[in-house]
Amino acid sequence: MNFSQLHKNKKAQVVLGLCFGIVFGFLLQKGGATSYDVIMGQLLLTDFTVFKIMASAVAVGLVGFFLLNHAGYARRHVKAGAIGSNVVGGLIFGLGFGLLGYCPGTVAGAVGQGALDALFGGFVGLLIGVGIFARVYPSLHRTLLTYGTIKKETVHELLGLPEWLVVIGGCIGIVAFLYLLEVAGF
Amino acid sequence: MNGFLALPLWSPYLVGVCIGLLVCLALVLSDRPIGCSTGFVKIRGLAEQICCGKQIQEKEYYQKFPPAVDWQLMILPGIIIGAFLSSFISGTFGLFLVPPLWADQFGSSAALRILAAVTGGILLGVGARWAGGCTSGHGISGSLQLSVGSILSAACFFVGGIAMAMILFGVPL
Repeated sequence: MNFSQLHKNKKAQVVLGLCFGIVFGFLLQKGGATSYDVIMGQLLLTDFTVFKIMASAVAVGLVGFFLLNHAGYARRHVKAGAIGSNVVGGLIFGLGFGLLGYCPGTVAGAVGQGALDALFGGFVGLLIGVGIFARVYPSLHRTLLTYGTIKKETVHELLGLPEWLVVIGGCIGIVAFLYLLEVAGF
Repeated sequence: MNGFLALPLWSPYLVGVCIGLLVCLALVLSDRPIGCSTGFVKIRGLAEQICCGKQIQEKEYYQKFPPAVDWQLMILPGIIIGAFLSSFISGTFGLFLVPPLWADQFGSSAALRILAAVTGGILLGVGARWAGGCTSGHGISGSLQLSVGSILSAACFFVGGIAMAMILFGVPL
């Protein structure tokens, strides 16, 4: 089966985007990850709900994507990482994450469950923030954003190991860590 | 089944497994990793286009991410609808301005909470686009494709987030 016709069908993709969003938002809310208190509990290291959701998603996705990619159903979407982009941007993001108490996806989920601080604060702030970035982008993107580019794009290239080994190792590592978290009472 | 959908909370592991499968499905059906911050760029671009005209399309960043009602934008209303359905079915939907944990620490002033949330949102918007993705785009979709840049970003999201949370609330013992 080939999905390239579907990928090119813009109308179908608009509907699919909405559908993926609905399921994603439903799941985030059911997991508790759209709640300020749960997210801040994670950042204060007292409630590991957010980590448990993300880690189990990555564990399943590692295997799922590996199989789909090798069967030719899914393409890898990876850009070269860079200290100037991923670390600097990541830390700015982190400070905002801690101050707002939601991230760009969960802020939308929080709006859906009635959080007005997410709507009038987070949503508005995000729209201002991406506008500021769009304005400064021309002066950043050939300089700071590419500073310290990491040539190896994927973990298996970086480690020089076969991809399947990194996938299995990553999965076992995540499951073992989650087990230890439970044993430790988190 | 209805009873299950109406539960206020599911196991985080079940939710995580479903999200992992959902990301895989999006890569197959839409050839896109699920991410949320691009949607804000699209909304911002459309808003600028309405207030300032078509010439904003010449901005370098909007040439990279052209303002349009597309897959990446629709994720956001989708999440709002999905989270509304989930909370409505389980009877946990409720309007509020100041989250309980914030109120315990900083009082119930709505103005203070909104000020902090707008400031946090601005940092989040700048940072997400600076890093090229957010918690879902880098943290989940990128990590499961074994992207070095994504894993590095996700680690920095949490380093910065934990630092800010502990500045605001102190180190819990």
